[in-house]
Formats: sequence, structure tokens, C-alpha cells
Amino acid sequence: MEKSPEELYQERVKRVLDACTGKVPDRVPIMGPYELFVYNYAGVTIKEAMNDYALARRACHKFLDDFQPDADFGPVLAYPAPPMEFLGVKWFKWAGHGLGDNIMYQFMEGEYMKADEYDEFIYDPSHFMATKWLPRSFKALEGFAGFPPMRLMMWFGWTGLLTAFANPEVQQALQNAIEAGKQLSEWFASLGQYTQEIKQKGFPLAYGAFSWPPFDLIGDTLRGTRGIMSDMIRRPDKLLKALEIATQLCIEYGSAAAGADLPLTWIWMHKGSEGFMSDEQYKTFYWPFLKRAIEGLVERGCIVVIYCEGNDTPRLKYFVDVPKGKVVYHFATMDMAKAKEMLHGIAAISGNVPNRLLLTGSPDDVKAYCKWLIDTVGKDGGYIMDTSALLDEAKLENVKAMFEFTHEYGVYR
Amino acid sequence: MTKEKLVDAIANIRDQEALQLARQMLDAGVDPRIVLEAGREAMAIVGERHERKEYYLPELVVAGEILKEIAEMVKPKLRGKATVQAKPRGKVVIGTVEGDIHDIGKDIVAFMLEVNNYQVFNLGVDVPPSKFVEKIREVNPEIVGMSGFLTLAFDQMRLTVEAIKEAGLRNKVKIMIGGAPMDNDAAKYIGADAYGEDAAAAVKLANQWTGGN
Repeated sequence: MEKSPEELYQERVKRVLDACTGKVPDRVPIMGPYELFVYNYAGVTIKEAMNDYALARRACHKFLDDFQPDADFGPVLAYPAPPMEFLGVKWFKWAGHGLGDNIMYQFMEGEYMKADEYDEFIYDPSHFMATKWLPRSFKALEGFAGFPPMRLMMWFGWTGLLTAFANPEVQQALQNAIEAGKQLSEWFASLGQYTQEIKQKGFPLAYGAFSWPPFDLIGDTLRGTRGIMSDMIRRPDKLLKALEIATQLCIEYGSAAAGADLPLTWIWMHKGSEGFMSDEQYKTFYWPFLKRAIEGLVERGCIVVIYCEGNDTPRLKYFVDVPKGKVVYHFATMDMAKAKEMLHGIAAISGNVPNRLLLTGSPDDVKAYCKWLIDTVGKDGGYIMDTSALLDEAKLENVKAMFEFTHEYGVYR
Repeated sequence: MTKEKLVDAIANIRDQEALQLARQMLDAGVDPRIVLEAGREAMAIVGERHERKEYYLPELVVAGEILKEIAEMVKPKLRGKATVQAKPRGKVVIGTVEGDIHDIGKDIVAFMLEVNNYQVFNLGVDVPPSKFVEKIREVNPEIVGMSGFLTLAFDQMRLTVEAIKEAGLRNKVKIMIGGAPMDNDAAKYIGADAYGEDAAAAVKLANQWTGGN
């Protein structure tokens, strides 16, 4: 008898949850955040997907129908071009805005917080974000530079402070924020619609929330790689204070996942990998804050997926120190056998099918790699099949091989 | 000797002390070329420690900052003095391939090659094959470095190597690749001579290719 979408939905949720929490599921789940590949497959450029939400949804449906992942991201990773265009995002290039029509968007690092602004950020992160970060990030919000400090409104503080709203530049920025809000709500409506549609087809949403390690919150969007690397040596005390705040922000960002059918908070990890910093630096600036963020999120009911994008083999000795059965480590470059040995019974593992193999290898190469992963890392559960990194260009037959092989060979008998 | 002290301060990334020493030396009338020489010596040590995995990005970045600040200090004092640049060990054309705008890793490689006495022509990001070819023709480098972070870089690098081949320049240059998704197999696919894991590896390859150690 054919299973109903409702049954399939429950089955998939259980499969993914079992794998995430270290139980043995009925089969190795396969899912992942994919980017360009989904749209390429549907014959849609990323530029079209970013501009036409209905088209993006259709492309994602096609991928879902044909590949049958156990959980799905949908069009969230395509990002909405119209509001970004309207706002004039300064730190991003995307298809039709500095990049060709079918090239994935890319982030332009810079010092969006200057080295001498740590104190301001630490004192009042919201005011810093409003009056410094927003104007530096969005052309249309430059007027926020004149936004008054809300912390000083009490008693008759408001009399002087509210006059800031008479400033035409502040008014323009507020008008622009209202317009951007309207445009963004269309995008969120599209995402919500998609989530409902796939649920009716029997597929759960793979994410409940996104977040970033405290170090990367400061390093990616505020100080930039060069900035934060320099700060580790030249202003370590200020960086450590800022990381305390970023830890709270990381938890705040990620908590929204709690209560979802798959309460997964995806933490995108960038700068903690091998090559960036020494072991000593990692255990001073990176891990303690990430660990506390993980614990905070778990306490709030989330399962945390740490999406490692580099080589993290040297960090395994830290990764074992997390709440049991509540963390999934996604690995790009990793000694997977060693990872399994060290993490089994503590945290689940996902990923590691090399994107290069999916682009340049053959279906047999892919199958052999997946077989090794299932046999080694999938042994006794706790593994989710996925690519090494977000999937863009790849050979169709190779991606098909990865899915078909996992669906068949990944069954626990 | 103060020069040794300065070398030591830079090599051990004591930024305040290094800048103070450099300032004192210049104020005391020490030949600014000696101050610059100290910077070069210190960077050789920094490079070695990076290769031995004692130093990582924070040290490389701060050493670079110290060097830059010292160079600023020295600049006005150098006026009228003949500076003899050591003959570069070799020339390197480097860039991030077309479609990709990631530059942090590539710039660190370029910087480490520079401090190891290579003349580096940094073409920036989103560099089309034709621009690589053009620059190779113009400056005749021994080495070409291609960087890429996205999956598209595999085929872009391959196309770039193709273009270099078509221009009849392939046997005149050694090609190295780098970037997060790259590895030795990628180098084979792309038709490059080697893959380098980090800046230290890039320097090592360059040294091998220019006949050193």
C-alpha cells in the first residue's frame, strides 16, 4: 500500500531526528543545503530565482519531486534580489548586481566595524548596529546614522532625542525601511507558502533557524578576516568582551528553531578551521564561546547543526565536549573514520561527499565514496549523507547516483 | 644591536615594541635601509614559523601590519637615498579566477611571496583567462597562481590553463592553484602543476620552481 503524505512526513521527520540524536534510523537520511544546483537542474538561472519567487518555488519543487531528500531547504538560500536591490546592499554581489546571471552571490568582506569601535559595540550593540552598521551596509539606510540612542529616552530624555525624527535624512531612511519591510514580507510569504506545500507532499523543512559562531559573527560581518585576526593579537581583551555579547546573539539568532518539527539550528562555521589559527588561539577565542552558544541553544530545545566549511580534523578533540545527542557536525574536509570513532555516542555527523567529485568524478566514483561513508560513518546510525559544501555546479548523473545509492544501500537491515 | 632587537620584536609579533624601536632607530639617525632590512629578516623568520605551523593567520596579518607601518615611517627618510632592491627571485602573476571574488587567501599568498622576494603581479579577483594571458605575455613570469573558492573555479581554472596553452605560454610558466575546495586531484583536473594548501606551501613551491629549496 502506498504511504500517505502524512505518513511519509512523519517517517522522514523520524528518520532525520533519529540520525541527529544518535539513534539508528530506518535508513541513512540524505539532505543538505543546496544552492545553484537546484536551479540549474530546473533550468532556471540564479538571477531568475532571486527575482521571481514563484519560479524559485517551482524549481525547488522539481528538485524535491525528482530527488526525494529527507528534508528540504527550499528557496531560502536564493535570497531575494528586489529588496536587496532597493536597499543597496554594499557588502554583497549577486547575479545581475556585479556578477553574471548564473553565478552564486558572494560576500565582500570589509571593516564594517572599525578597530576603535569595539567599546561602542560592547556598550550598546543595538545602537551601534543601527547607527554604524546599517548605514555602512545599505545605501538606502544611510540616514540611520542620525538615529537617536533609545537608551536615553527615559524621563524627559525623549524631548531632545525625538527631534532626530524631524531630520529629513532619518525620515527618508525610515521610509525606505518601511518599503523594504513590505518587499521582504513578500519573500517571507513565499517561503511560508513553500513550507506548507512541501509538508502536504510529505517533506519536512530542514531548518528551523540559522546562526553563526560567536567568533564569525564578529569576524564575518563586522571586522572582516584581517580585522579579527589582527584583533586577536592587538586588542584581545576587547575582542573577548565582544565575543561574550556575540555568544548571546548567536543563541538569540538560533533559538527560533525550538518547537519546529525538525528543530535544527544551522550554525555556519567559517573561521575556526585548520589554517586560520593555532590550537591555543582556538581554545581562547573560538571554542569556549561556540560551546556556550551550543549549550544555550540545546537548553532552549534546539538541535544544533555545526556546518564546518574547512578542515576541522584538529578541532575534533574540542567537538566531543557538547551535550549528548543534540549536536550534528557537518564536515567538509575531515578524517571521517577518526571523527566517527571520537564522536559516536556523543554527536551525529553529516556531509563529506566532495563537491569536486560530484563535478569531475563519475557516478561509480560517487557511489564508492558514499558506500565508504555509509559503511564507516553510518555504522550504528548517527550519519546524514550530504555534500561537503553547499552544492553549486555538479554533474547531474553524479548527484543522482548519490541520492539513489543512499536510498538503496543506506537502509539499515 | 638595535637592529637585532627590531628583528626579534617583529618576528615575535610584539607590535608596540617593534614600532617603538623602529621609531627610535630612525630618530637616532640610523640608516632607514637598515630598518627595512630588519623587516625583511623578520619576515623570513615569520614565514618559517608559519611553515612549521607555529604561526597562523593572526601572526601573518599583524606582521604585515607592522611592516606596513614601519614602511610608512621610513618613507620620508628614504628620500634622496639610493635604495638597492635585491634582484627578485622570480615573478609571479596571481589572481582569483573569473566569476569568483574571494580575495583573502589569495592576498595572503601574494604577500608571503612578496616578502620572500618575489615580484608579484596581483590581478585581483574575477580575472578572466584573457587577462591572465595578457599579463603573462607582458611580464614573462616563471609562476602563475590561480585562486578560487567556489565550485565554478574548477572549470574556470581549467579554461584559464587552456587559454595559457593556446597562447603558447604553457611551457613557459609553472602553475599553482589554491583555495578551500582545491586539492591535488583538482590540480590534475585543471591541468595545473601543483596545489598548495596555504601561503607557506605556495612559497615552498615557488622556491622549488625557481631552483632553490
